[in-house]
Amino acid sequence: MTARGRITDPLRAGGITLTVIAVLAVLGIWRTPYDPTAFAVRLRLAAPTLAHPFGTDEFGRDVLSRVLAGAHLSLAIGFGAMLVSLLLGVPLGLLAAFDRGWLGAAIMRAADLAISLPPILLGLLILAVTPPSLGKTILAVGLVYVPIMVRLARAVALGLLEEDFVQAARARGEGAVSILVREILPNAWPPIIVECGLRVTFAILLGASLSFLGLGPQPPSSEWGLMIAESRQFLDQAPWLALAPGLCLCALLVAVNATGEGLRARLDPSHG
Amino acid sequence: MGGYVVRRLLSVALVVFATSLLIFAIVHILPGNVAYAILGEYATPSAVATLQQRLGLDDPLWLQYWRWLHGVLRGDLGPSLVMDRPAGPLILEALGRSAILASIAFAIVAGGGIALGVHAATHQGRISDRVMTLAQFVFIAVPDFFWAILGVMAFAAGLDWLPATGYAPWGDGALAWASHLVLPVTVLSIGLLAHVSRLSRAAMLEALRSRYVLMARAKGMSERRVLWRHAAPNAMLPTITILAIDFGLLIGGVVVVETVFAYPGLGRLLVFAIEHRDLPLLQAGMLVLTTIYALANLAADIGYAVLNPRIRYGAAA
Repeated sequence: MTARGRITDPLRAGGITLTVIAVLAVLGIWRTPYDPTAFAVRLRLAAPTLAHPFGTDEFGRDVLSRVLAGAHLSLAIGFGAMLVSLLLGVPLGLLAAFDRGWLGAAIMRAADLAISLPPILLGLLILAVTPPSLGKTILAVGLVYVPIMVRLARAVALGLLEEDFVQAARARGEGAVSILVREILPNAWPPIIVECGLRVTFAILLGASLSFLGLGPQPPSSEWGLMIAESRQFLDQAPWLALAPGLCLCALLVAVNATGEGLRARLDPSHG
Repeated sequence: MGGYVVRRLLSVALVVFATSLLIFAIVHILPGNVAYAILGEYATPSAVATLQQRLGLDDPLWLQYWRWLHGVLRGDLGPSLVMDRPAGPLILEALGRSAILASIAFAIVAGGGIALGVHAATHQGRISDRVMTLAQFVFIAVPDFFWAILGVMAFAAGLDWLPATGYAPWGDGALAWASHLVLPVTVLSIGLLAHVSRLSRAAMLEALRSRYVLMARAKGMSERRVLWRHAAPNAMLPTITILAIDFGLLIGGVVVVETVFAYPGLGRLLVFAIEHRDLPLLQAGMLVLTTIYALANLAADIGYAVLNPRIRYGAAA
């Protein structure tokens, strides 16, 4: 990568933007310019001013404060779902690579089946039957990506099992657990990290879409997808209601995507 | 080839059967009583009992599943509780309208994506390639529903050129019909177009770097022939896989886009079923969508086999 260290390097630019958003999001849980839930009847649907840079909503709530207060939710869905797929998918994938018997086969058939469902349907199905909440959205989005992680972890582990250093460890008489922890895991993480980086973008997208459909955090939460859904009836009077959370969501997604692509360029030379 | 198709068809049947079990299990076993879900938590016990009896919810699960499966195999998808009509015709009607939306969008995504990808790969580093690379990078990251909001803001609320929502049947005239499709189709295509063109560019670049292309050029073959006879067919293989994956994303997009534009298709019907706790309708709609997705994957696999002789002759399955 000749771009290493330059500001045009996607990993650097994305990483910096993502850090700024993450800091604002964490701060936004406790501190926002105004109380994000405070109604101000006389300030309903006020256009952006210096005092309210993103305007106010139909209850007179400050949109900037709401956007800040809701930022951590999108991050939580994206990274939480990634973590769910990682924690469930990688062990299952490694198990499938090690176990050549019925267990490994069963895991792979289950992954094949889960992958044959369109991604949004699995999420819809889980969220439809039980009352929606943030935790369930994270779980539903995470489960969608578990089979992909299973396949990846298995493929990586199978490749590594053929390598000389693993054969050597075997010849030394190391046990399966030792081979797994000392030989496979340290060498398996680059492709898995790359996949995670790219998955976070899709996880945030899917989470925001589910939330937009009313299957995520519920009002008065200011999750960005939900805010955009609520803004729909005021599109011609108060476009800032949709634009503020929407543009922030886009900025977040572009930053996450850039970071993921940058990671891939750094860790996976074949995709330079 | 025939054997391959039969094997894949059998696996589609198996997948649909297994997903029917999965859908049924999620709807019936997850916490939350179906009758309460339908009637609300303040329902009287007698109303719940009546409904449970009407729906056969007192029977053992395997019997309920068997009854459902038996109905589905005879073409009876069960009832819609909220609309008090058979779900089958409702779904079929909505599916037809969704199919119009999805097939136009998919044609744009497949045709446009491959054309843009090939153009970018053969003009690597030029202005058009760089502009496209940047646009793809940004477009992939913008959610469908936000494109939809922007589209409505600009062309319906702002310029008043297009209707913001709704659907006009063909009988209302071609112009009304088409004008209701422009925004949904555009929104549905835009993100996937970026995705497909980006990956078909990568596939094409890889093919152009290969030794068979070098060989073809070395023996003096015209560049056009090298491109369309050697590079493009090989670059199509990964692109077909991408298109199959994107078909799944397209289904997700259809659900979102139909909701935003109040377009009466299958996606909106599913969201309606969720909002109104119409679980039998939800179950039936999900099964239909999964079947379509499995068939689309089958089509992709067959397309792959047609282009790839190694699979066609059964060397690798």
